[in-house]
Amino acid sequence: MKFAICVFPGSNCDYDVYYVIKDILGQSAEFVHYTQKNLEGYDCVVLPGGFSFGDYLRAGALASKTPLAYAVQDFAQKGGLVLGICNGFQILTELHLLPGALLKNENLRFICKDVYLRVENSQIPFTRKIEKGEVLNIPIAHGEGRYYVPEDLLKQMEDRNQIVLRYCEKDGSITPSSNPNGSIDNIAGVCNKEGNVFGLMPHPERASEDLLGSHDGLLFWHSLIS
Amino acid sequence: MKVRVLILPKKGLLDPEGRAVKEMLLENGYGVQDVKVGKVVDLEVEDGTNIKELVEKFLVNPLIEEYIIE
Repeated sequence: MKFAICVFPGSNCDYDVYYVIKDILGQSAEFVHYTQKNLEGYDCVVLPGGFSFGDYLRAGALASKTPLAYAVQDFAQKGGLVLGICNGFQILTELHLLPGALLKNENLRFICKDVYLRVENSQIPFTRKIEKGEVLNIPIAHGEGRYYVPEDLLKQMEDRNQIVLRYCEKDGSITPSSNPNGSIDNIAGVCNKEGNVFGLMPHPERASEDLLGSHDGLLFWHSLIS
Repeated sequence: MKVRVLILPKKGLLDPEGRAVKEMLLENGYGVQDVKVGKVVDLEVEDGTNIKELVEKFLVNPLIEEYIIE
């Protein structure tokens, strides 16, 4: 499988993603610069974490106005697989490829820690190797990760099975105390209606080998390449 | 032409920055009922520029923000 890794000024998880795809999974990966206009020939496009354009204006806002972002939009509309991690998720919401927005964490702090996530939708190409209800241990690292959508839209998303991940306790229960950033309904990751675009705040690439404390993140990558 | 755009968190949305400022103002004895923290964007644009479109498509995320053009 051939992956494109989008590189914006301020992306900082691009090499982590490259390492996982190339060295752990043995797949093909290439960096694509934000000025590029074409994503033809790739099977999956990854928007990695970081602070694209310094998070100026809003996190992801300026990156979503670049030639590469418009190419991602085009790629997704043709059914291509798009994965947005952390800042990549923020860019995808600003591009309107995913519903909702990511706001400053409720406690106004940058939060970097391991969290538990419950998988709510295991039907999309990014999660098909995971059981519904399975609990994963994956780190988050963000200052603006409080997911928000208006109530009516949230209801529609639930009906369409667009909620993919929720922050939870170790036993899988959804509680206020397991919600690190104040996200509505403990939401940590969502997909579009078609299921080919997926964004999440946690970092699967930082939990893809035992040396890093968890390999739960590998499940997403294995789902993709299977 | 000079344009000033004031951007504020949408009404009804939790604004933790505004809340933190409000709490500290109250602790310091100021009788404050509400605080919202937003941002100001000053633009110098060519005459005929569609400012509403510029603001709504580029500067503001209407899902979470509201704005005033001056």
